[in-house]
Amino acid sequence: MSGLRIDHVGKTFGMFEALKDIDLDFPAGRFICLLGPSGCGKTTLLRAIAGLEMPSTGRILLDGTDITSVPAHRRGLGMVFQSLALFPHLSVGENIAYGLRIRGVDLATRRRKVEELLALVHLPGVADRSISQLSGGQRQRVAIARALALDPKLFLLDEPLSALDAKLREAMQVELKLLQQRLGISTIVVTHDQREALTMADIVVVMDNARVQQVGPPLEIYRNPVNAFVADFIGTSNLLPGAVDGQDSLSIDGIRMAGARPHGLAQGSKAAISIRPEEVVIHPAGELGPNRLPAEVIFVRDLGASVEIMLACAGQELLAVTSPRERSDVQVGDRVALELPPAACVVLPS
Amino acid sequence: MSDLRPRGLPARLPVLWPAAMLLLFFVVPFGIMLAVSFSHQVEGGFYEPGFELANYARFLDPFFGRALLFSFWISVLAAAIVIAVAFPFTYCLTRLRRRAQVPFLVFVLAVLSLSEVIIGFAWSTLLSRTAGLSNLLVWIGLIPRAQAWTPSFGALLMGLCYLGFPYTVLILYPALSRLDPEIPEASRTLGASPLRTFFLVIVPVLRAPLLGALIMVFVFNLGAYLLPQVLGRPQHWTLSVHITDQAVFQSNLPFAAAMAIFLVLFSLAFIGLTMVLGGQREAAR
Repeated sequence: MSGLRIDHVGKTFGMFEALKDIDLDFPAGRFICLLGPSGCGKTTLLRAIAGLEMPSTGRILLDGTDITSVPAHRRGLGMVFQSLALFPHLSVGENIAYGLRIRGVDLATRRRKVEELLALVHLPGVADRSISQLSGGQRQRVAIARALALDPKLFLLDEPLSALDAKLREAMQVELKLLQQRLGISTIVVTHDQREALTMADIVVVMDNARVQQVGPPLEIYRNPVNAFVADFIGTSNLLPGAVDGQDSLSIDGIRMAGARPHGLAQGSKAAISIRPEEVVIHPAGELGPNRLPAEVIFVRDLGASVEIMLACAGQELLAVTSPRERSDVQVGDRVALELPPAACVVLPS
Repeated sequence: MSDLRPRGLPARLPVLWPAAMLLLFFVVPFGIMLAVSFSHQVEGGFYEPGFELANYARFLDPFFGRALLFSFWISVLAAAIVIAVAFPFTYCLTRLRRRAQVPFLVFVLAVLSLSEVIIGFAWSTLLSRTAGLSNLLVWIGLIPRAQAWTPSFGALLMGLCYLGFPYTVLILYPALSRLDPEIPEASRTLGASPLRTFFLVIVPVLRAPLLGALIMVFVFNLGAYLLPQVLGRPQHWTLSVHITDQAVFQSNLPFAAAMAIFLVLFSLAFIGLTMVLGGQREAAR
């Protein structure tokens, strides 16, 4: 059985529960993102996989072998740390070759491997420089090369891009994804940035409060969040509370709104409709049609590439995003009718 | 390009103050001492101004040469032992949670508050035959009868290490606290055991503070005056003790001054050498 299995892993620090019954199965060769707000347990989970934290309960299996009690230095995994943790007393080349030196690999092989790895991360010819001579982005690449030097079975990254500025971060996301595809290496990245997760991941694991909230491909999670937390955390989401009124519909302010799929909630119980801002369609007030709610324009933000319209609807603030070309001609204070297409409405328990 | 450097007295004040302190409390006394070291000692009396190298020539006397070498040897040895003990101690201490560190730091500071006199006489009691630790070993049955462990070289070494330990911990503590915990972890994930990580990463990363602590404890030991007399035999007297002996009991100030100057120059040379060696290794990387 190839891949990583997290078998009902829990972790407590004193009274604090950092992980609660994490049960996950990752096939080999995938790019996985652990996504969640700070303090949700994602880094603890990654450290448990790396062997830097011992799970309090449960097991971790790699390719069918139980590695729960194998110490970090015998796991043979590559890890990039949030602080990068490059060794300041060693040169770039010595940093990358550190693991090889520990294994007793001879100098010539080490040199060759360092050059190969530096070429792989698009940073050739810097082997003899000291770490302090490199920029943030270059250090990032050195840390990646160092983690890959031992051809690890698993490539772990803890918020690897958080120290970079926004532009470089976006470029590195794409580069990291391309690198992973080229090497076909099983990769787990911890991040709190949902854009990062959506850009890179094959599978996203959304975590909150020490628990896994949802696992799935990025678009699936984006379109079909299982609860209000996921809907809100992944992208911007509008949540409109109401009461259950039928198998796939909700009553909001007395208006019946249809949702995308049956929700299995009891009649009359409290629930909410989640809809992405780009799915909201704005019509002039009074224009009739199905799944519409009256609203009032509060604010219009024209960002050039897109237009964001803030609306007051059913006692909530709601955001609609359109392109400038499709922009409906609305002013602050206008009364409008919002169409929430049933296919885009996900009914969530609240 | 205009000269933007501040001018006038107010701008120079920040330099003047430390400069005045240095002049008044270091340069002037050192100058006096230097002058005294070349003075002529009147047999059985006080010294009179003059210029002669007789006081320095007495270093050729093997007795004082040996005292100087012994001072260096025991200072270096005690400094090395203290670093070897205090560095792992401080490293483990900084890996604890903040709250758990407090009792240890209080303990270290408490040791620091003891005077050299108390420490010296406490150890001389603990190592004595009548009331010392050897009685404990007799009671356990490890040795047949109580022994006197003081005065001896070992007792003196013990005392110097005990005295230097809290200072070393407090010097190393800030640097070790700032050490990114992910650096040793990175070494672990790259296949190095905790022990190899300690010697391959933690020690070299902290080379500068280690060197600083070593020099400080060495200089500190070199100035030890009380412990050699309480815990050592006369052959274990350091140069500091001989200087006091000459100045106070033999009333030979010129020779005492010459020895003091020699000690200062020797320590400066040693510190310089240590820093050059430490710096060279850095440049070689």
